[in-house]
Amino acid sequence: MKRAFPILGILTAILLSYALYMALVWAPTERTMGNVQRIFYYHVPSAWTAFILFFVNFAASIVYLIKRKPAADIVALVSAEVGVVFCTVVLVTGPIWARPVWGIWWTWDMRLTSTLVLWLIYVSYLFLRRFSSSGQTPALAAVLAVLGALCVPFVYFSIWFFRTQHPQPVMGGGGSIDPRMLHVLLINWLAFSCFAYLVCWSRYRLEKLQRDVDQAQALESLMAPRGSAR
Amino acid sequence: MTGPTGITRATLLKDLRLEWRSKDAINSMLFFSLLVVVVFSFSFDPTAEESRQIAGGLIWVAFLFAAVVALNQTWAREIRNQVLDAYRVSPAPANSLFIAKTLGNFIFVSVLEALMTPLLIVFYQLRSIGPAWQLLVVAVLGTWALVVNGTFFAAMSLRTRSREIMLPLLLFPISIPALLAMVQSTTAILNGEGARFWIVLLVTYDLVFTTVCLLLFETVLNAE
Repeated sequence: MKRAFPILGILTAILLSYALYMALVWAPTERTMGNVQRIFYYHVPSAWTAFILFFVNFAASIVYLIKRKPAADIVALVSAEVGVVFCTVVLVTGPIWARPVWGIWWTWDMRLTSTLVLWLIYVSYLFLRRFSSSGQTPALAAVLAVLGALCVPFVYFSIWFFRTQHPQPVMGGGGSIDPRMLHVLLINWLAFSCFAYLVCWSRYRLEKLQRDVDQAQALESLMAPRGSAR
Repeated sequence: MTGPTGITRATLLKDLRLEWRSKDAINSMLFFSLLVVVVFSFSFDPTAEESRQIAGGLIWVAFLFAAVVALNQTWAREIRNQVLDAYRVSPAPANSLFIAKTLGNFIFVSVLEALMTPLLIVFYQLRSIGPAWQLLVVAVLGTWALVVNGTFFAAMSLRTRSREIMLPLLLFPISIPALLAMVQSTTAILNGEGARFWIVLLVTYDLVFTTVCLLLFETVLNAE
């Protein structure tokens, strides 16, 4: 296991640089938007990765509620943290693209709004984990994760209806995508997923070590003879 | 021995009696929502036509903020004399307590809404174009949505640091779809448009979240 980590790290680094080359050099330039469109290769894979991580968070939380295994809790925590980071990337790269293409940084369009709400829900999850001090934080967080995940369909559905009642902003035409662009997109997604997995993995190990250290310290202070503490 | 409904009734009556004697929650909610309404009025200075457009949002934001005031006090009272600990070790079902607290909060927030409505009508010269009885349906469904999640999250934030601020941080993001439905349906009814989709959405939201809260409340109560 320990040896697999640097191997995966090197592989991810190679894959990420290859994906960067593909996205910035190899992929054809979009006809109307020009080079700005290339941010799409970062924006979309980040979104997919974030959604997968949020789903992992939901699944791990359910597993924790049923089995009460600490490992499931750590997976839930880690996936929410990394998911929020990727979701932030989505929310930041979106406006950077939108400004030159739509002429505005932000619009309360369906996808933007629902991604923002999703981000809010998972940030509140991280807040709970940070502010909750008791040993039952995992159970509380898992409960919140389940409620948050259940909220997601409501968010999409309500915002979809909310937005279809209003004039749609100018979208960058539906149309079909160039197969080369799709190829680059998928390679980027693969690279981003590997990267996310790598980050989650090291974060998992860190959290595990942290908990082991906390436990050992707590045990030590219990075991230490009373006199030596003074 | 009292059954689950007996426990619910006893807790509810105790809360209502306490509230009737102190009037803490209702007074602070009333004053708070009054402040929100006045501040909004100064901030936007709407005409009668404009206020019909923004009233849905204004009313529900005022009630949402005010409800947080009451929700924060829900469980605080039970912590003081270790009532929750006693409840935890007793064989009483956790959900009886949850239902009692939710009903209590529902009554408080409904009273607040009933008292605030005439004031809103006067302040914003509101007149409904659509059938006004539908507003009552929206009010009941919307209040339940806020209160059921609010009571649940208030119990959840009990064990956290700075719990007063934790409740809105947890409640608001998850309430966004419900809030959107409440605001949109209210605005639609006031302007004489159909609000069917939003009411159906609210009903579904209420059903789903009430069920999940009932399923998970025991976990939250026992978490310490």
